[in-house]
Amino acid sequence: MAKMTMIEAIREAHDVAMEADERVVVYGEDVGYFGGVFRCTAGLQAKYGTSRCFDAPINEAGIVGTAIGMAAYGLKPVIEIQFADYVYPAYDQIVSEAARLRHRSNGDFTCPIVIRMPTGGGIFGGQTHSQSPEALFTHVSGLKVAMPSNPRDAKGLLLASIADPDPVIFLEPKRLYNGPFDGHHENPLVSWKNHPLGEVPDGDDIVPLGKAAIRREGADVTVLAYGTMVYVAQAAAEETGIDAEVLDLRTLMPLDLDAITSSVKKTGRCVIVHEATRTSGFGAELMSLVQESCFYHLEAPIIRVTGWDTPYPHAQEWEYFPGPARVGEALKKVMED
Amino acid sequence: MTEDTNPLSLNVPEPGCRPGDTPDFSDFEIPQAGAVPRPPVDADPDSIRDMAFSIVRVLNKEGAAVGDWAGALSVDELRQGLRHMLTLRTYDARMLTAQRQGKTSFYMQHLGEEAVSCAFARAMRPGDMNFPTYRQAGLLIARDYPMVTMMNQIFSNAEDPLHGRQLPIMYSSQEHGFFSISGNLGTQFVQSVGWAMASAISGDTKIAAGWIGDGSTAESDFHAAMVFASTYKAPVVLNIVNNQWAISTFQGIARGGVGTFAARGHGFGIASIRVDGNDYLAVHAVAKWACERARLGLGPTLIEHVTYRAGGHSTSDDPSAYRSRREAAAWPLGDPIERLKQHLIVLGEWSEDRHLQAEAEVLDEVKTAQKTAEAVGTLASGKQPSPRDMFEGVYETMPPHLIRQRQEAGF
Repeated sequence: MAKMTMIEAIREAHDVAMEADERVVVYGEDVGYFGGVFRCTAGLQAKYGTSRCFDAPINEAGIVGTAIGMAAYGLKPVIEIQFADYVYPAYDQIVSEAARLRHRSNGDFTCPIVIRMPTGGGIFGGQTHSQSPEALFTHVSGLKVAMPSNPRDAKGLLLASIADPDPVIFLEPKRLYNGPFDGHHENPLVSWKNHPLGEVPDGDDIVPLGKAAIRREGADVTVLAYGTMVYVAQAAAEETGIDAEVLDLRTLMPLDLDAITSSVKKTGRCVIVHEATRTSGFGAELMSLVQESCFYHLEAPIIRVTGWDTPYPHAQEWEYFPGPARVGEALKKVMED
Repeated sequence: MTEDTNPLSLNVPEPGCRPGDTPDFSDFEIPQAGAVPRPPVDADPDSIRDMAFSIVRVLNKEGAAVGDWAGALSVDELRQGLRHMLTLRTYDARMLTAQRQGKTSFYMQHLGEEAVSCAFARAMRPGDMNFPTYRQAGLLIARDYPMVTMMNQIFSNAEDPLHGRQLPIMYSSQEHGFFSISGNLGTQFVQSVGWAMASAISGDTKIAAGWIGDGSTAESDFHAAMVFASTYKAPVVLNIVNNQWAISTFQGIARGGVGTFAARGHGFGIASIRVDGNDYLAVHAVAKWACERARLGLGPTLIEHVTYRAGGHSTSDDPSAYRSRREAAAWPLGDPIERLKQHLIVLGEWSEDRHLQAEAEVLDEVKTAQKTAEAVGTLASGKQPSPRDMFEGVYETMPPHLIRQRQEAGF
């Protein structure tokens, strides 16, 4: 076990995978010599050489497109899109190609690639460095989608994603890179060093895709969250004194529906929290699934707390970000109904 | 408006010939066969820039093979090449008819472009990988991919290796160096570069070939492929098949009024060559040159195959609505099968009688294959893939939500 930030945990996952399997290659914009703008690949080029970790031209379609070709050859590319907001030029390659290759060729060709991208807001990134596009990927058959909320999961889920035989979209909440964040931006940064989930196991232990984790046990209401919102939900529970159970979904596709239904059936109430815009967001899917599978256990309508259906603003970031006050209001409302 | 400024107007290129017009290719500059010298394979791309504006041609009007690029193939190989092209043309004709008979939903033929894929295939080695478009089935035929299997795919029957998941003609065969075809244009071009990069990363000796049409060079993926191929000196041959028409859009819309498609390679420092795509010997010679460069680690080559789509874009297309019916006959580079046939006759190695006999044999083979495939089933009748199958292979292991949906569907 070692104390690590999420950045260090992600870097270590790369290191472990590259050490174990020479088919693992790592590239992206600023990823090689410099080690990534967030430093998630620092030191890998020096250790493994320029043919296994290198800088790519600023062309996301090219980064993903070449990775698909490499996977067809038999390599396991782990590529970085510098910000999730930059992934759209690669969307055709992801949706029409990576996601479909196994099915359309009946397994003649497969696409075991991992596409990492920093996601979410909270760093004054404005509309081009803050987005949460998870629903654009969960809507696509053939992709898996993971979003860790802490260093331990970041390493374990990334190792699981690299080992996975299918393409994985790996979303890294950048606000959590250096410490947990509960939405109180006025408070000083909390370090991972003092957080139990900053303790990261050595070696190649994976966190399996498709398994949620309970971050706070509670009896009265289930909060479904992932990424940064896990800490916001925990803060809202503490501040309102409501006995909420906070579920960290960790993987959105495949989804741990069993964990969700067993919690909601126990509490009888459900609040869904995400940072992405609301309309057609992943919360809508969660709400449908909870309604379909837990309707007769529900004591109150399900509530969503999300980013607004606007571009992610710069100066108004904290009015956009669904912080603990808004989540707390939802908890109170769902308890009153 | 000030006096020295005129109103602006938009330039929208137009083809020289529309329905009812007389086809006129007088602006199309065609060098004499043998006029373009063959540079050494390690030539600096900068030293051969003029090759992007000329056209490598081997067969002259009389059917003789002339110049530096001639002499790469034996008579047996040429006869085999002719057989491949005849097979592809006959296969196309039968499948086109099968579509009209309702045995499948869709088909795309190669009429006039047979030399491009059939001759190129000969320059690739087992283990190399093509990333084709939907009009390179010659790569499969020239590598002896079983025709019955191709037809099973066309008919989406129970023995279709793709289990009825893909549109007809979107074959896939890793074993035959043929990457799974996508209907999204241009995506495969950059994937071919990635495959080639992977070979280089792995210290392998294999090379890749990417394929794209003239219209799809306008896609961003074309640019992406060129950047990555150039930056990493990927062992890849990048082929543009310029058949003059992207459905109803003439090649000038993708290219603009200046330069050539091959010349797009110059900004990337990529060796760029135009070749007569209706000249089997020229396509093969240029492909061999480019593959050798790739294998020697000398980097990518961009080849523009200048050809003509003599048929419709697909079975859903009617070219008479946008181009002259007489244009195909006026195309100055002729027909690839006729030209190779003539060459063999000039060599004294072929005759009209032998050609008729070969045509009959090929038709017989294709009919036999078709009977076998149709005995299994077509899209309209017979044995078809199970509906249960559509849930398979979305992921390696079926996740719980798909298991639930398959049960819900009743399969």
